[in-house]
Amino acid sequence: MGSSNSSVNNIPNAQELMQETGFSAAHILRLHERFEFLDKHKCGQLRLVDRPTNQPQDFGAVQELALNPIGDSIISAFFSPGQETVDFASFVRILAHFRPTDRNQSRDGAQQEPANSSIRKLKFAFQMYDQDRDGKISRAELLQVLRAMLGIQVTEEQLQSIAERAIQEADLDRDDAISFDEFRKSLEKVDIDHKMSIRFLR
Amino acid sequence: HTHRPTHTHTHRGDTAHIKGVTRVNGDVALTHQESRLNPSKSNLNQTEHGHGSVITGIPIVTFKWHHVETPYLVALWILVAGLGKLVIEANHHVTSVIPESALLICFGFILGGIIWGADKVQTFKLTPTVFFFYLLPQIILDAGYSMPNKLFFSNMGAILIYAVIGTCWNAASLGLSLWGCHKGGAMGDLDLGLLQYLLFGSLMAAVDPVAVIAVFEQVHVNEVLFIMVFGESLLNDGVTVVLFNVFDAFVSLGGDKIDAVEIIKGIISFFVVAFGGSLVGFVFGLLISLLTRCTKNIQIIEPGFVFVLGYLAYLTAEMLSLSAILSIVFCGMCCQKYINSNMDERSVTTVRYVMKVLANGSETIIFVFLGISAIDKEIWVWNTGFILLTLLFVLVYRFIGVFFLTWILNKFRLVPVELIDQVIMSYGGLRGAVAYGLAVMLDENKIKEKNLMVSTTLIVVYFTVILQGITMKPLVNWLKVKRAAVGELTLIEKVQDKVFDHMLVAIEDISGQIGHNYMRDKWNNFEEKWMTCILMKPSARKNRDYVFKVFHKLNLKDAMRYVTEGERRGSLEFVRNETAFIDFKKKFDDDFSEVMPDIMADTSDDYSDTRDPVPSVSLEMHEQTMNGMRPLEDVNSHHLLQQHLYKGRKQHRHRYSRSHFDVNKDENEVQEIFQRTMRTRLESFKSGKMGVAPLKHITKHLKKDQQQKMPNGKSLDKSKTYHSGDEDFEFSEGDSASGFEASASSFPMRVTYRAGAGIENPAFMPDLDPMAQVQIPPWLAEAEVDSSMVAPSQRAQLRLPWTPSNLRRLAPLRISAHSTDSFMLADAPAAQQRDNDQLPPPPPPPAPPHGDHM
Repeated sequence: MGSSNSSVNNIPNAQELMQETGFSAAHILRLHERFEFLDKHKCGQLRLVDRPTNQPQDFGAVQELALNPIGDSIISAFFSPGQETVDFASFVRILAHFRPTDRNQSRDGAQQEPANSSIRKLKFAFQMYDQDRDGKISRAELLQVLRAMLGIQVTEEQLQSIAERAIQEADLDRDDAISFDEFRKSLEKVDIDHKMSIRFLR
Repeated sequence: HTHRPTHTHTHRGDTAHIKGVTRVNGDVALTHQESRLNPSKSNLNQTEHGHGSVITGIPIVTFKWHHVETPYLVALWILVAGLGKLVIEANHHVTSVIPESALLICFGFILGGIIWGADKVQTFKLTPTVFFFYLLPQIILDAGYSMPNKLFFSNMGAILIYAVIGTCWNAASLGLSLWGCHKGGAMGDLDLGLLQYLLFGSLMAAVDPVAVIAVFEQVHVNEVLFIMVFGESLLNDGVTVVLFNVFDAFVSLGGDKIDAVEIIKGIISFFVVAFGGSLVGFVFGLLISLLTRCTKNIQIIEPGFVFVLGYLAYLTAEMLSLSAILSIVFCGMCCQKYINSNMDERSVTTVRYVMKVLANGSETIIFVFLGISAIDKEIWVWNTGFILLTLLFVLVYRFIGVFFLTWILNKFRLVPVELIDQVIMSYGGLRGAVAYGLAVMLDENKIKEKNLMVSTTLIVVYFTVILQGITMKPLVNWLKVKRAAVGELTLIEKVQDKVFDHMLVAIEDISGQIGHNYMRDKWNNFEEKWMTCILMKPSARKNRDYVFKVFHKLNLKDAMRYVTEGERRGSLEFVRNETAFIDFKKKFDDDFSEVMPDIMADTSDDYSDTRDPVPSVSLEMHEQTMNGMRPLEDVNSHHLLQQHLYKGRKQHRHRYSRSHFDVNKDENEVQEIFQRTMRTRLESFKSGKMGVAPLKHITKHLKKDQQQKMPNGKSLDKSKTYHSGDEDFEFSEGDSASGFEASASSFPMRVTYRAGAGIENPAFMPDLDPMAQVQIPPWLAEAEVDSSMVAPSQRAQLRLPWTPSNLRRLAPLRISAHSTDSFMLADAPAAQQRDNDQLPPPPPPPAPPHGDHM
């Protein structure tokens, strides 16, 4: 641990980050390496797009993302609205959503929900759809995700009806959109901890 | 049982060499299930018996018991087991306390007692041949075929650890401890050495899939726990058989000849047998998938291939002395995806059902015979020390093994296995028929205490299946084990599942981890690219998307409910009575139901008109209302209708065909009728919404309709069942005519529809189709283009647009327009209705539009 700690110290705010996200020093170090690998300009920030060319920047280095149907939504989830760059701290904070939920952590009410709690995880998932961040998944937004995922195999009409049906299933207050509460209710039976966690290697 | 001698001798011939190790020595058995194997031979023997006597004249009737004895007994036993299950399942409050498997064993005790009382010897026993060749394969095949693959592979590591290491641990610890106790003098004078104890340990080691499935099916534990126990029980059968064979070989070899080389050979053979078996299964799985690609023309027997090839996978592995169980498991797991999309939907259903029938049937037989086998004086050798210690060790080491392995696994698992789950897992270590089968296979010459081992195995089986089985449910309740979420399939959940998958992959990519999701994604891509290409029909490849399938399934369910509901509410009244829809709607919540009545209001009458000429069950309804109508007109219209309409389907009904199910060949007719009616509804609804006057350039479109042969999908099938169900083709003449007249007086809108139709039925006059529309709705247009391009057997998805739920999709569009039409009236009662009582099917409220046109 000694050696890794020393290098962790080179990362700004490493201790606070560890505290906040629950990542260990080794995790942080590893993620930092990854961050630097992605950060080709070495400016400590990942950019959403390259201004002049409008090409996807930085995250474009991850080739698999280009194949991922919802890759774009995920990339944009890293950037808070209006921002075009993300620094290491935010990067880690986003990834922290995907840590497995700590079970036996005593939760004092004063403290904010950790990022890896089920509710925060769900919130993140919700944002995958809710591109305009108005707190509702509209039909168009759902359709967009569906279109990306189902793609060529399904006709537009069928997509429409799928979206329609999905909304009807979840939509309790009949506003033709899914609010976060409705979203949560519809996924009540899903084990979010299982479904939204990955193992971070040390 | 006078037949016993003949029986014995025919059985000798094919006492099989299961696992190539031992000869079965139980002489009389659950008799020849194997009549399948060599029917000619045994039948010949018996035929000779039957005709052996000198014929003195032509007997009119002869009693030839021996002629039919074997198959007769087999069939009888199956019947008896089935009836036993029937009786047991009849008492729900009993089965909710005591699991069925335990009851079946007890039922077996009783039967065994009766037989023993009559024969003074146990005539029927479960022999390894019968068990391993005729009862086990279908259970395992079913398990593999219905295995939730994704869940299985994401817990693969844990399952393998439990199955391999856990089983080895169980075998070794039990064998060694018993040996130790023997040395310590706990069980008196037994002629058993260390190797024999290890052999015994290995046959007791495996958790039995049959018993586990039977018990866990009734307690709905969470899916991870379930897959762990279930997966383990499947895979460790393979392991235990291998272990058993290795130790059996060691025993035959004798203690002194075993050196390091032999042990290493044993270990190698373990891996070869396990992986080889899996490989054989994999190959056969691919074979099945490939085969079902091209069985389009022999649909009626395509389900058969699945079973035959599955069984062949089992036998092939057995022949190569590889693990047959693993082979058939993997065969089922591999082919499930491909055959489900390659085969016709009905064939898939058939496969599923037959699989369940076979598996459930043999499970029942296995448990009954486990019970029967106990009532036999010959096998019972009592040794208190041995038996009690075995019981104790089996239980204790299972707990220790599971806890220890889980402790290690939890260090690596993303979501650790909880303590409670571990308890259930340990407690769910039921032993069953596999152990018994192996014990009976022991060679008496090599192991003097065989009977002791058999009786101990039986006791362990009874103890675990009956006692642990009974206590499992209370324990699960008491420990508050996380249960499986039982709920309806919802689309949003499935969509979200998929989003989760993609999201995790993306996050792993971004954070540079090569984790589980990454691997799965890679595999999926590979599979997408190669396997589906080779193994799937091109037409099936098109619509195989998971979410879409769920959607399709939901739609089918809706369609079924739609029909059931309609029929329940009084024949087909729902077709023409808008109020009948309220109940159906209820589920889809209110914003839909607000809209639905007016769809129905302006379509239902059209619909009924188009339907009436087609013979329909529900004519009485209409007839009553027609009673007072002009009889003259009835006669007129009767002639007209006879000339212009399709024939009733009645005349097609009695055809018998061995290779086809659909008796009604005239699909064009059915489909056109259905298409029209559906289009009628959609169009009229649409025009109502848009307030556009119908134009008339749909004609061309309709003609195309008539030519094309629409494949029959589920939605259409539904409509077909209506038609073909029309036994009484009582033509209530004048139906359409008077109905038309009446409606003409009621609604201006409908008048415009009908104006051109004259006395002829509007629905079947293409040129005068009342529904001529501004444009062909895109979904109709698209499906038609599609279906004219692809082969007629294209699966049902294409026809989705006709399922009732699509009306629902349309429904909300209506909201905006809904003040523009004259059907507000229809809304009011419907909405009230909904508010008043949500639950019970509402009685049809007075429906103004309908009422006044009558």
